[in-house]
Amino acid sequence: MSGVEDIPSGPVPGAGTRAGRRGANASLLVGGALVAAVVLLALVSFLWTPHDPTLVDAPNRLRGPSAAHWLGTDRFGRDVASQVMVGARTTLFVGVVAVGVAALVGTPLGVLAAMSSRRLGELVMRGNDLVLAFPALLLAIMFGAVFGADTLTAMLAIGIATAPSFARLARGGAVEVLGTEYVLAARVAGRRRLAIAVRHVLPNIAGLVIVQTSVSFGIAVLAEAALSFLGLGTRPPTPSWGRMLQESQELLTVSPRLALVPGLAIALAVLGFNLLGDGLRDRLDPRLEARG
Amino acid sequence: MLFQLTRRLLILLASLAVASVLVFGFMAVLPGDPAQVALGVNATPELLARTRHEFGLDRPLVVRYLDWIGGLLTGDFGRSYVTGERIGPSLVDRYGVTLWLVGAGMLVAVLIAVPAGVLAAVRHRRISGAVISGLSQLGVAVPGFLAGIVLVQVFAVSLGLVPSGGWTPPVVDPVEFLLGLILPALSLGLVQGAVLTRYVRSAVLDVLREDYIRTARAKGLTPFRALLRHGLRNAAVPVVTVLGLQLTTLLVGAVVVERVFVIPGLGSLLLDAVGNRDLLVVQDVVMVLVLTVLLVNFLVDVLYAVLNPRLRQVG
Repeated sequence: MSGVEDIPSGPVPGAGTRAGRRGANASLLVGGALVAAVVLLALVSFLWTPHDPTLVDAPNRLRGPSAAHWLGTDRFGRDVASQVMVGARTTLFVGVVAVGVAALVGTPLGVLAAMSSRRLGELVMRGNDLVLAFPALLLAIMFGAVFGADTLTAMLAIGIATAPSFARLARGGAVEVLGTEYVLAARVAGRRRLAIAVRHVLPNIAGLVIVQTSVSFGIAVLAEAALSFLGLGTRPPTPSWGRMLQESQELLTVSPRLALVPGLAIALAVLGFNLLGDGLRDRLDPRLEARG
Repeated sequence: MLFQLTRRLLILLASLAVASVLVFGFMAVLPGDPAQVALGVNATPELLARTRHEFGLDRPLVVRYLDWIGGLLTGDFGRSYVTGERIGPSLVDRYGVTLWLVGAGMLVAVLIAVPAGVLAAVRHRRISGAVISGLSQLGVAVPGFLAGIVLVQVFAVSLGLVPSGGWTPPVVDPVEFLLGLILPALSLGLVQGAVLTRYVRSAVLDVLREDYIRTARAKGLTPFRALLRHGLRNAAVPVVTVLGLQLTTLLVGAVVVERVFVIPGLGSLLLDAVGNRDLLVVQDVVMVLVLTVLLVNFLVDVLYAVLNPRLRQVG
């Protein structure tokens, strides 16, 4: 195994240490609450927002927070609170699709690499390393150049770039499961490879995959924000936290609130997914159980 | 060791070859005609055909690929479809700018992460350790460009201590160069420092549980001295690996930070080229970035083997 493959995947190492375990419940609670808040904002935005988030209202431009506009208005007089609410929808949508693509492509590939012949497994993992050479943002910029920049290309690019971390994780988990006695018993009993993969490997690595999903969600949210900031993500007039930040950059001296609000929304959402991942890891990762 | 090195080198070369095919193939399937983009919608068919011939776009794909890759190997990056200028000189210049940025960002990250991570590990049962861990958790969640925007607002606009953007080459004015580098390096390094702090903490915590540290502690050494004398080299192995991977993140992060600070680096070149649909420039820059990532991964692997004696024996 190369050195790079030995790196713990995801940005949250040390969660399984004793000190980390003590804080696991707190992580789970705070992370869960933050994620729930984002989900709630997004869900409510389908039914109700204080104002139309795309409605331009020139006379009311750059107003501070008030009873009518809780978080004030932007340079076009659009309601910031409504934009944040609908922006949550964009963020979650991007996260769900990007991480969904990554998990659905990466996990089976990782299991395949673990269960197939050594040569095929090596080939899959080398392909994996190759995709890793195209970071999400770079891939999204390439996709943007070729297919035109919008939410879908951004989601696909982030998904493809995140898939290798799922594959690596799934392979590691699957190799461990394949070494257990019950898998050996299943093999001796003549079970087919696919049956072993579905009945034994996948359920046993599900915990790892769920943790990785949460962590990858945070990465996807950051990537989408960066892409929208560069003008390569969600297109106007669909509200997006990253683009709100980009639009606020010129008005920073006049109205720092316009940058603060979406910036805080991004940071809290990412923090939520990372903490949730930390907490879940301590609960679900069997390797940490063994470490005590 | 030599076998390992040769094997890794062969994998690197194969990866580079496949990556170049992917980059070229991807850009070649582009809907739309670079000649049309260069000449605009009013170009006559004759002019379009002549331009396509000048760009070499009328040749078979394989020939175009070999021509491109052969050029890259000899340092010829071709001419921009839009401006007609040679791509090589500006690409090399801008690569240098980005490397300064990445290097400075990495320095900031290490200067933050090593002391903070070691402290968080040694004091993991105390409040100070928990505070550092909490802060690093927060830092991980902040996008680099947001850090940049806030830093500009505070240190450039409000306090006027450093320039808010732009780039002065070190040979022109070293002082101005360093001043201009501070904020971009901080916005890259603060976030990466937060990520790295967590790895350093984790690695040091693992080492602190080792028997040899317990023995050293039993001999009367404080945790810190025991760590300093026996543990740091072991803790360095995973950290160096992560550091290498972070170089990749910094390289891509620089693309965004260059936009915030209006720095003429590789990222700005790439984004401008995407905006102008200057596809050969996009292709060249992406290839250079991918080459850098693969090279860094290779060097990390080699360094990992050198630092970790146990891996030298493993085939």
